[in-house]
Amino acid sequence: MLGKSKRLLVLPLYAFLVALLPAVSWATEWPLNMTEGVTSVSREIHGLHMQIFWWCVVIGVVVFGVMFYTMFVHRKSRGAKPAHFHENVTLELIWTIIPVIILVIMAVPATKTLVHIYDTDDADLDILITGYQWKWKYEYLDSQGENVSFFSLLTTPTSQITNAEPKSEHYLLEVDEPMYIPIGKKVRFLVTAADVIHSWWVPALGVKRDAIPGYIHEAWTKVEVPGVYRGQCTELCGKDHGFMPVVVHAVEQAEYDAWLEGKREKARAIAEAVKQTLTFQQLYEQGEAVYNKNCASCHLADGKGVAGVFPAIAGSKIATGPVADHINRVVKGGVGMPPFGEQLSPVDVAAVVTFQRNAFGNNMGDQIQPIDVVNFKQGQ
Amino acid sequence: MAHGPAHGLSRWLYTTNHKDIGSMYLWFSFAMFFLGGIFALIIRAELFEPGLQIVEPNFFNQMTTMHGLVMVFGAVMPAFVGLANWMVPMMIGAPDMALPRMNNLSFWILPFAFALLASTLFMQGGAPNFGWTFYAPLSTTYAPPSVTFFIFAVHIMGASSIMGAINIIATILNMRAPGMTLMKMPLFVWTWLITAYLLIAVMPVLAGVVTMMLMDIHFGTSFFNAAGGGDPVLFQHIFWFFGHPEVYIMILPAFGVVSAIIPTFARKPLFGYSSMVYATASIAILSFMVWAHHMFTVGMPFIGEWVFMIATMAIAVPTGVKVFNWVTTMYKGSMTFETPMLFSIAFVILFTIGGFSGLMLAIAPADFQYHDTYFVVAHFHYVLVPGAIFSITAAVYYWLPKWCGRMYDETLGKTHFWLAFIGLNLTFFPMHFSGLAGMPRRIPDYNPLFANWNMMSSIGSFLFGAAQVLFLYIVIRAIVSGRKATDRVWEGSHGLEWTVPSPAPYHTFTTPPKVD
Ligand code: HEM
Ligand SMILES: [Cu+2]
Repeated sequence: MLGKSKRLLVLPLYAFLVALLPAVSWATEWPLNMTEGVTSVSREIHGLHMQIFWWCVVIGVVVFGVMFYTMFVHRKSRGAKPAHFHENVTLELIWTIIPVIILVIMAVPATKTLVHIYDTDDADLDILITGYQWKWKYEYLDSQGENVSFFSLLTTPTSQITNAEPKSEHYLLEVDEPMYIPIGKKVRFLVTAADVIHSWWVPALGVKRDAIPGYIHEAWTKVEVPGVYRGQCTELCGKDHGFMPVVVHAVEQAEYDAWLEGKREKARAIAEAVKQTLTFQQLYEQGEAVYNKNCASCHLADGKGVAGVFPAIAGSKIATGPVADHINRVVKGGVGMPPFGEQLSPVDVAAVVTFQRNAFGNNMGDQIQPIDVVNFKQGQ
Repeated sequence: MAHGPAHGLSRWLYTTNHKDIGSMYLWFSFAMFFLGGIFALIIRAELFEPGLQIVEPNFFNQMTTMHGLVMVFGAVMPAFVGLANWMVPMMIGAPDMALPRMNNLSFWILPFAFALLASTLFMQGGAPNFGWTFYAPLSTTYAPPSVTFFIFAVHIMGASSIMGAINIIATILNMRAPGMTLMKMPLFVWTWLITAYLLIAVMPVLAGVVTMMLMDIHFGTSFFNAAGGGDPVLFQHIFWFFGHPEVYIMILPAFGVVSAIIPTFARKPLFGYSSMVYATASIAILSFMVWAHHMFTVGMPFIGEWVFMIATMAIAVPTGVKVFNWVTTMYKGSMTFETPMLFSIAFVILFTIGGFSGLMLAIAPADFQYHDTYFVVAHFHYVLVPGAIFSITAAVYYWLPKWCGRMYDETLGKTHFWLAFIGLNLTFFPMHFSGLAGMPRRIPDYNPLFANWNMMSSIGSFLFGAAQVLFLYIVIRAIVSGRKATDRVWEGSHGLEWTVPSPAPYHTFTTPPKVD
């Protein structure tokens, strides 16, 4: 009888070991702990984390120690006779008071760090972060009024996500336009959202702030070590919640200045480009690229959409209807679709509208110029 | 002649017998446990490796949402109501529940609620996909059309819970046998009494918040819509004002179960009975004052953040008292380790581990790193799976002989325990690591950095799932062909429920017993 039950008990143990095998043989990385990060805040948080962790270990060793001791010694099969005590005021007082003391010891440094985190004054630089489904927009606020703003989108190709190609090192943690910040400077983030709630998180900075429509919340960081720091959206925000990473490049001041100037020049160039007239071919090709990057995640690459959720572009009433309505939908969004008027330049909007009206069997034959989009926006 | 049960389907449809209704609750919960389990295994199968293999991201979100809703409202809560139905009258020497017809109603609306909820999977736009916490505006302006059915289902579940709670309070306060004073009641009865008050306090809040969603979606209001002057953060405050007491609704009755089982198998009275009662009451009261610890990152002002941090840390004290009491109950006992005891001991150890991570999460600055990562997923699964689920399992093994008059197979029971124990730790322990390493929760795909821990979790989850199929087999086998049980069933058992024959007759305590 005993033999049989013993054997049965060993079975799950084997199952456990066998289950571990594949994981072990492919083992390359077993990350265990929170990052210490590269800011004073992230280091303080890491310190708190370790401190409370060791308290838990100590309490655990005592409690589980007593428990295993008693399970081993006070068992009927070893002839233990039950005692009858069921109260002991001293003991009960002790194990109420000691935890209180430990908690007070923990609360003091936790409060200090909290004060530190909440001190958003005297920033050298302000960046407005806006969460969109499913991308981030960064706007560098400039006292001269020449703000720089751009969107930051995932660049991991679909082929990697669908396993057609091997995954790169920064799979799902790479973007087209990272945020740049200078090291050694206090950077204040003003965090908000345009549609649903998102959350902007970079573990190495120790910053996580929910991006909430209607609110602008503050957070700050001062990075000490140059480098590339990666994070993700941490508040469920719909379908592509897992696909809107955050990438921050912390660089020397000079490099930062050069980058910012580059951005400004690009903005001026776009303002120029808006005045040009493009050929149908140019519009169609650029439009296709814009479509695949911004639209295909919902309306799909074949323009067929997802029944009941995302309407098809092929044969769509809007894409085959009046041009003004079509531009309006792209610029302002609606019925669950985000507005693209800010994210896309007038050139891009003109291109993608032209593309949609002439692709997927929508042979409208018309073309839209950047200036049409500018006029539309001004007419609003 | 004593009345026996009616025959056929009408017995179950029209029954007002607390034992019949208890059984129906338990079977219903078991069914929901498997349904929610299937959703979980779909999630774990997708997360087995990086990349998208099995489901679309939108469907993945439907699975995480439905898994949470079904497990919380369909598996854990009804299971405890089922246990209360069976055990509370027998433990206090009452012939039945105080409000038997309402009892029937509160059960029978549940299958409709869940049929409605499950049917959303087949609707255009799919099932709810905004998480079991359904934060607005993702669950309002941006929700699939099925959200309206979800709201209606939640209303029905809430009504059922409130009726169940009223019934339990009425029973405990009015139907105790002579001599059964409040401070003589078994702890399971006490914890349920307190839980019932929590339910009555917070289920209307849940009903309120979903009604506000309904108004926003269909009647042009803007409670949670910033563009209309509303406030998405208000949603979270209301939700968690319900949500935090809710997590205690799912654990207090578990404390009661374990406080019944450990003394039985330690053959020694429960240590610190009255401090257990007071600790339960203080946890319940504190549970109303800590809700915003789920919202440390929403940008509350400093002082709000600080107060909620301190209150949350304070909850660890009465929770600790309970654990110390259980350990001291075992101390110098004469222990045997039958299946209910194994599950209860695992409860104490693993629930404590969940309490530790809870304490870590309570440290607001540290929560900036933990929040909405797999670390939180590890925390709440440690308190809910080896907490709520293990206690329910322990209760079934412990009282099944009384319910059906037959014993389960001890060897199979222990095998079930070890499979579940290993499966669960394999599933949830690695989540601490993937979370600390930076993996957010509720994502269908992830960087290969997290791959090993995820694979381990997925393997563990299938082991855990298989263990529950074994559980079903064990229960059915016991009912059909188990060895006959004695009336006392366990050598160390105490309490009124063990004074009646096994199986418990259809009507018990029609004349009140004497309690001294
Ligand atoms: C020592 C006691 C406990 C403390 C201090 C504690 C603390 C916390 C904190 C601070 C969070 C929020 C973490 C975050 O989202 O960043 C949390 C989440 C959670 N806790 Fe606990 N907890 C404790 C016990 C429990 C118990 C007993 C249960 C249920 C049986 C429970 C269930 C949950 C659940 C379900 C969540 C996550 C809900 C969600 O976001 O989906 N906790 N806990
Ligand atoms: Cu909570």
